[in-house]
Amino acid sequence: MTYQMESLTALADPTRRSIFERLAQGPQAVGELARGLPVSRPAVSQHLAVLRASGLVRAHAEGTRHIYRIDPQGLAELRAWLDRFWDQALESFRNEVHASAAPPGDKRNP
Amino acid sequence: MNDTNAAAPIRKTIRVEATPEHAFAVFTERIGRWWPPHYGLLSQPRHELILEPGIGGRWYERAADGTELTWGKVLAWEPPQRLVLAWQIDGTYQYRPDFMVEVEVRFLADGPGATRVELEHRNFERYGEYAAGMLQALDSAAGWSLMLEGFAAEVARAD
Repeated sequence: MTYQMESLTALADPTRRSIFERLAQGPQAVGELARGLPVSRPAVSQHLAVLRASGLVRAHAEGTRHIYRIDPQGLAELRAWLDRFWDQALESFRNEVHASAAPPGDKRNP
Repeated sequence: MNDTNAAAPIRKTIRVEATPEHAFAVFTERIGRWWPPHYGLLSQPRHELILEPGIGGRWYERAADGTELTWGKVLAWEPPQRLVLAWQIDGTYQYRPDFMVEVEVRFLADGPGATRVELEHRNFERYGEYAAGMLQALDSAAGWSLMLEGFAAEVARAD
């Protein structure tokens, strides 16, 4: 739970959200990310650190550059809760449909 | 940028043994009977969950003492094929008219007397700054109990 909440809190910041959305298009280095955003490169690095800590993005080094990409595992965690909710809700919906769909003449059908 | 990995909607499909008309009716008219009971946002036990038919229809929860909490509204009402709901509860448990995530449901005939129900829950990244509160609200009522129910169901199936 804490993990998911950290993920969502990390995305609460609009700059972090746009960084995250850019990374959703493909991996990028800090410099490339900073060029497209109205914030300084150190600020981008700080935002990336928060995204990384929350499990939403990960980085690997290519020579002297750090390439950032979305961490699919972090995203999976983020969505897992709502996913489980719908599984349960739809299962319960199906039970209700079947309970109320008895054939005509069946006395159990109100 | 609406259809990225980041914004990938949740999609669920379930098949029911009923006509699309019946499935649509149960989904809408009987939502209070199948919506998981502990997923209420009122501080007291939920008495009713109501979805008013038609575009603009209100989707709301009511406690036994009459207290109501609006969840959202109907954006598309096309019985028996399609329903789109706006879910307008932010992370502070409040209804906010300027906030919404969408839930689209399609009811597709799947052979005689059967329907494939396809659900898409999208835009949930919009919870943004409200997300922590939203998850907290949901979790307080349902986190562990939901997981344990899922576990129990899985155990039963494994028999």
